[in-house]
Amino acid sequence: MLELKNIDVFYGNIHALKNICLKVNQGEIVTLVGANGAGKSTTLKTISGLLKPKRGEILFNGGSINELNASDIVKLGISHVPEGRRIFANMTVMENLEMGAFIRDDSKNIEEDYEKVFSLFPRLNERRKQIAGTLSGGEQQMLAIGRALMSKPKLLLLDEPSMGLAPLIVKEIFSIIKNINALGTTVLLVEQNANMALNIANRAYIIKNGVIELEGDPKVLLNDESIKKAYLG
Amino acid sequence: MEQVFQQMINGISLGGIYALMALGYTMVYGIINLINFAHGDIYMVGAYVGFALTTFFNIGFLPALLISMAATSLLGIIIEKIAYKPLRKSPRITALITAISISLLLQYTMMYFVGPQTRTFPEVLESKSLKFLNGNVILDVKNIYIIAITLILMIALQFIVRKTKMGKAMRASSYDLEAAELMGVNVNKVISFTFAMGSALAGAAGVLVGIYYNTINPLMGSLPGLKAFVAAVLGGIGAIPGAVLGGFSLGIIETIVSANGGSVFKDAVAFLILILVLLVRPNGLLGKTAKEKV
Repeated sequence: MLELKNIDVFYGNIHALKNICLKVNQGEIVTLVGANGAGKSTTLKTISGLLKPKRGEILFNGGSINELNASDIVKLGISHVPEGRRIFANMTVMENLEMGAFIRDDSKNIEEDYEKVFSLFPRLNERRKQIAGTLSGGEQQMLAIGRALMSKPKLLLLDEPSMGLAPLIVKEIFSIIKNINALGTTVLLVEQNANMALNIANRAYIIKNGVIELEGDPKVLLNDESIKKAYLG
Repeated sequence: MEQVFQQMINGISLGGIYALMALGYTMVYGIINLINFAHGDIYMVGAYVGFALTTFFNIGFLPALLISMAATSLLGIIIEKIAYKPLRKSPRITALITAISISLLLQYTMMYFVGPQTRTFPEVLESKSLKFLNGNVILDVKNIYIIAITLILMIALQFIVRKTKMGKAMRASSYDLEAAELMGVNVNKVISFTFAMGSALAGAAGVLVGIYYNTINPLMGSLPGLKAFVAAVLGGIGAIPGAVLGGFSLGIIETIVSANGGSVFKDAVAFLILILVLLVRPNGLLGKTAKEKV
């Protein structure tokens, strides 16, 4: 479904991603784990079009997308939940979801999809009219995911959904991610919380200093003490 | 007492004009963090378009107002595309200097074509007035038009920003441009739309000032432009309600100062108030630290 071929990304002179190759197949949960600053968010931003690779190609369902703008990539079915949630804190919960559906004009189905998001996140349902900035961290994360789902993505990019959240909420969010995947959305999950991510993923990549160091079965990676020590802390 | 009412009427009329202009400053700033110093000159162009339409083409006041607004919104879009868009990733000072150049360019291009002399705006509204309190308070038809049109435009703007898809995209973009892009919002379109709306309001303000003071000239935009900027900062730049509050406050204060014999100082007072407010509330009256920008 998604394939990154030899991607190089620079921030000015800093070589942030080096020759990244990564694949996500339809229906999978793939996770990209690694330490802070390893290049995880950069990878997602490059896929969603916020950053442009200097070299390499990104294929989505067979077509090259690395020349497209972020706003066009959403229309192809890739939805990015950015790091730090980035909800529109000045708008209501409902308006945030409306923004999520910005690219669609099938208003009848949109109404149904609001309800789907609310059934996934019942807590948002109680807060439809509330200004998003007043939500708790966990609720904001739920809103960010719900907003991303409103564009009906085929592939959902999640950047550190556990960041800054209490362990109980993290558990809840991860079970919802599994749920979303079970309902038919492919997921590429970036996490520092490697244990949680490896537990729900079908496949995993480990990234370090902008280089993919390892690819494999998350269960195997989880049980390998040397890998844990070297990459996951 | 009569004096107070009369000054309130004048102050609200003048304040409405400042508020219309301040809205343009604040909306553009909200999206691209640029103080568009050419904004006052867009208002000047609006006044001239209104002048030409009513004088040479004998078009009525309301159609002339609408055509002027359309013309200035087009001008705003063109200025953004040619002058500001290529600089979007440059340092802010570059764009700011460009805005000042555009301002001078508009002023002197206009002067080249129409000459530097002041022109008299035709009497397009019948000169009627309502008198209250034994004729001591005069509500001129002009005041009624200015206040009514200002309010209608503000309500229309509020509707667009709150209820339409484009308006919501504007608010989202002003909060977080990148996140809005991730929603599929075409940022270029939103920026053009913002310039179009801001410039249309400035054009309307230009025509209203033409009928209010009856005179226009190519440099008429610079001082009101600066004062509308003061109004926007006073209210909290980036906040739409702030621009309205700032505009009306400034208009009323200026009128009060003039009425009490300080007309020579009225411009100085505007800037003095700005300094004082910023000392106490650096984000302006309605600007918050975590601000809603549009």
